[in-house]
Amino acid sequence: MSTTMTPATPATAMPRRRLGPVALGLRQGRLEITQFLRSRESVVFTLGFPVIMIMIFASIFDGEIAPGVRFTQYFVTGMIATGLMTVSFQNLGIWIPIERDRGVLKRYRGTPMPKWAYFAGKVILVVVIGVAETALLLAVSAALFDLELPGTAAKWLTFGWVSALGITACTLCGIAISSLARSSRSGSAVVTPVALVLQFISGVFFVFTQLPSWMQQVAALFPLKWMCQGLRSVFLPDAFGAQEPGGSFELGRVALVLAAWCVIGLLLCLGTFRWTTKRDG
Amino acid sequence: MEDELAISVRGLRKAYRETVAVAGVDLDVRRGEVFALLGPNGAGKTTTVEILEGYRKRDAGEVSVLGSDPAAPAADWRSRVGIVLQGTGEFDELTVSEVVRHFAGFYADADDPDKVIARVGLADKAKARTHALSGGQKRRLDVALGIVGRPELLFLDEPTTGFDPEARREFWELIRDLAAAGTTILLTTHYLDEAEALADRVGVIADGRLVEVAAPGRLGNRHEALATVSWRTPEGVVESAESATPTALVAELATRFGGEVPGLTVTRPTLEDVYLRMIGHT
Repeated sequence: MSTTMTPATPATAMPRRRLGPVALGLRQGRLEITQFLRSRESVVFTLGFPVIMIMIFASIFDGEIAPGVRFTQYFVTGMIATGLMTVSFQNLGIWIPIERDRGVLKRYRGTPMPKWAYFAGKVILVVVIGVAETALLLAVSAALFDLELPGTAAKWLTFGWVSALGITACTLCGIAISSLARSSRSGSAVVTPVALVLQFISGVFFVFTQLPSWMQQVAALFPLKWMCQGLRSVFLPDAFGAQEPGGSFELGRVALVLAAWCVIGLLLCLGTFRWTTKRDG
Repeated sequence: MEDELAISVRGLRKAYRETVAVAGVDLDVRRGEVFALLGPNGAGKTTTVEILEGYRKRDAGEVSVLGSDPAAPAADWRSRVGIVLQGTGEFDELTVSEVVRHFAGFYADADDPDKVIARVGLADKAKARTHALSGGQKRRLDVALGIVGRPELLFLDEPTTGFDPEARREFWELIRDLAAAGTTILLTTHYLDEAEALADRVGVIADGRLVEVAAPGRLGNRHEALATVSWRTPEGVVESAESATPTALVAELATRFGGEVPGLTVTRPTLEDVYLRMIGHT
């Protein structure tokens, strides 16, 4: 072939000013948040749903589960866990197929953007909305339904790590399940039933220990049950641990199962994520 | 190793299950050239281009794009290639300026986003949300995102499909502008006039094969084809003759008729005639 020498192109001769990884991740996160905040429906439904649910539940179950402990203390844990699952698992499981179908992902793949930057943007989005939504839920519950917020630093710490591990697991699973949807429309068809079934069997709408034991065992395979259980240790008096299926809040096991789901989710993401639709080959 | 070829393809093949999409394509595109892949829908244009862009895997053949194999490109390869896909993803909630700025951030040596927006003719739409753009304006935004990284090589996949004639003319000016600045361009199209207007060379692709590669005026040896001279006899019958020397024939006819030749036409095969013959529809 030819051996003609051509001078170096200006692009290679110029000093490189490529953004560092932190800046790349942050600006991807900012882009995601801007898009989210500008689509009013997603803001209203994502932030408002758990608040509406707690209002309904707190109004229906207006009593006490033990002397001095209101039912709200129990249900708020399910609402927090559901809210975290909604912003991570459902949000990504529904939106990523839409972005894939529209060719947004394909467009990103045609640029030098590192692949991880896309996921970093989604993680930042999920964490920011998750925190905002949980804060709103707690504020409304405390103001209207006499929710007692955690009283000790240790409980806040537990609240923090259970939420962080839970939202991480749900985020990774949401990214993983997004590859199951074959078109933009099927994302919510795939994700919604999974989320709804998990909510029913994991003790979000009912007291977990009153569910049939086989149902409890199925729920124990998935993260939501453990998120709820970890959060109960934060919002209910310590003595309530004795009523849990395991005889205590089992925080060690909560950490273990959620961490395991982080690993499973990550492996599924790495193995199955698609940047183009099936018909793109 | 750099050479004067931006793209070099030998024996490219790709099949989807039983369907052969690309059946042995050889192709060279020189640096600085505007090359048009012309062919009907389903001829294998997009498959070929998406293999060159690194989106699809090939079954066989050798491919070199800017000195890299697109299936395993060098680290900075993506920054040197600009891609304008068919039907690309939109960022409905963002403004033109926000999207172009965001994409500029992916490149070490990006162009000034405002300059790029002005260049594609969207300066007065810079603050508009992208969902408010017309089809043609969206396509301009696609091009802006394709060129913001100052690519050496730009792929344009059916860039003007669905444009009205005026929008197409304006778009062509933009492409000529980029080519004049030294960007190598590979465009696919099923519009003959587009290939003729823009390309230095045209490759006609049909049924996954490159049927011919030539300058637009020389496709199918059009420049050497016989001219058809036709005229009307005094009895009103239209006669015609093929001739390699139509001028002489016309002069002879003029003498025969003693001046004006009734109903005189001299035609050569149009690009469309040649093209339809090449893709097997005569």
